[in-house]
Amino acid sequence: MDKTPVVSMKRSVRKTRSIVRYPRQTRRWNEYILAAMFLAPSILLFGIFLFYPLIKSVYLSLHSTTPRGDVAKFVGFKNFTNLFTSDTFLSSLWVTTQFMLFTVPTTLILALILAAFCRSRIRGSRIFRFIFALPLAISVSTGSVIWMVLFHPTLGTLNYFLSIAGLPTINWLTDPNWALISISIMTIWMNLGFLFILLLGGMEGVPEDIYESARMDGANPTRTFVQLTLPLISPTIFFASVTSMIGSFQAFGQINILTKGGPMNSTNVIVYNLYQDAFMNFRFGTGSAQALVLFAMILILTLIQFKFGEKKVHYQ
Amino acid sequence: MKQGLVRTGTAYFFMIVAAALILLPFWIAVSNSFMTESESATYPPRFLPSGIHIDNFITVMNNIPIIRFIVNSFLTSSIITVGNLITSCMAAYAFAFLRFPGRKILFGLFMATMMIPWEVTVIPNYLTVRSWGWLDSYQGLTVPFLATAFGTFLMRQFFLQLPKELMEAARIDGCGHIRIFASLAVPLSMPGLATLGIYSFLNHWNMYLWPLLITNSESMRTVQIGISMLQFADVTAWNVVMAGIVLVMLPSLVLLAVGLGRLVGGLTAGALKG
Repeated sequence: MDKTPVVSMKRSVRKTRSIVRYPRQTRRWNEYILAAMFLAPSILLFGIFLFYPLIKSVYLSLHSTTPRGDVAKFVGFKNFTNLFTSDTFLSSLWVTTQFMLFTVPTTLILALILAAFCRSRIRGSRIFRFIFALPLAISVSTGSVIWMVLFHPTLGTLNYFLSIAGLPTINWLTDPNWALISISIMTIWMNLGFLFILLLGGMEGVPEDIYESARMDGANPTRTFVQLTLPLISPTIFFASVTSMIGSFQAFGQINILTKGGPMNSTNVIVYNLYQDAFMNFRFGTGSAQALVLFAMILILTLIQFKFGEKKVHYQ
Repeated sequence: MKQGLVRTGTAYFFMIVAAALILLPFWIAVSNSFMTESESATYPPRFLPSGIHIDNFITVMNNIPIIRFIVNSFLTSSIITVGNLITSCMAAYAFAFLRFPGRKILFGLFMATMMIPWEVTVIPNYLTVRSWGWLDSYQGLTVPFLATAFGTFLMRQFFLQLPKELMEAARIDGCGHIRIFASLAVPLSMPGLATLGIYSFLNHWNMYLWPLLITNSESMRTVQIGISMLQFADVTAWNVVMAGIVLVMLPSLVLLAVGLGRLVGGLTAGALKG
């Protein structure tokens, strides 16, 4: 640190010279070229793998396609009208909504409580932190396979616990009334780690002296949490709820592995329906139309959240 | 005082119950992976293996090319992570320190890409990659993910937090932007690089839909696809399947243990400040 001024004194002579050598105009152009170079890789990749596909999706959604993926003929909005009159698609929208309602609030509340416990540096909180963050290391597929064992109707751990408690056992994945709940339980477990880390980070960002003064005033922990922590980390909560809602709309892996959309389409969420249409039945036109509906849903959700969330959010 | 004690007691009670529930699936996986086949298929289910039977791990390695899967996943995630770090740092530097026309609009456009769900692009991308003959290849697995708006955003936040005096001093010293970028901005943003690196690696190690679509041959399968196909293969014995699961979980668990501190706060900082 001490050295910097000396060096800069010495070098400043050179700087004056360089200004003389390069007129301002040239320097500005150099900066543009540099910016273009620095941005080129990202722009190129976004162009090919994000913006072009977005337009192509719109194009495909207005056409019927051959199983090879070539455009057969222009059909206008027929793909969309077909979708919204199809019972399967409408039920998949409803299943997706239910799935979101089952998973997002629960995960958020659980993660908040766990993060609040871990923020106060009580003995052993480091170990608890690690445990609560563990599901972060779980992928959809490993998680699903593990839960397949837990959900097993006759040998599974969950039904064993139920029978110990004297309750009737449940066909977790094959009962149409339970399958979506089972998928939700697994998803809550899987997503808890990420939200926990996110919210804990938010809570640790609150300066310690704010808590200190609350403690001095004799506020009890519950009140501190409700009246102080929650409002202060509301930006984080806001962000967490938006991302997990969007995430819940995109659930696919656990359904593909555990239930394949069944039984009786009770877990047929929108992305699974899309996957089946596009990559099992090779109907890329309908598939693209569904993708765009999903996009619109996510977009609307984000906008609503920003519009109404903004008011309640406390920015420091 | 007594009230405080009760409160701490309840807190511990909740934390221990929560920890037990979260750990249960992990415990089932780990304990089953050390059981014999008959032990893992008994009712009531056993929670402890009778001994440490490591032969499950050998069986799983002999029966399915799990090492190959792990290598595939490792290569894929590493390439994507390195690519993410490079493209994000470069774009972030341009947005943080370079002045050029349309900077705000372009940055907005970058941020808007975060709202495009992956499913919208998946069909055209599949068709593109197929038409390039990239199915069943590392290019196909990695190239579509090399740039990331989230990474750009995160790194930009870190660059903007660098002390202004330092940047100014370097500029007065006559450092060009390329030098400032390579020897000042990037090295000083190590915490940011680590956060992005861990996040990106974990994310792509766990990627599911894309590899499912574009890999058909067994030799190109990533670990996530391989592992979920275990149940359909000849080995339906849970102890062997769980041994495979434990092998697959291990790298991410180690990474999490090493990088947990980085992720706490790091993600939030990137996500919110600014």
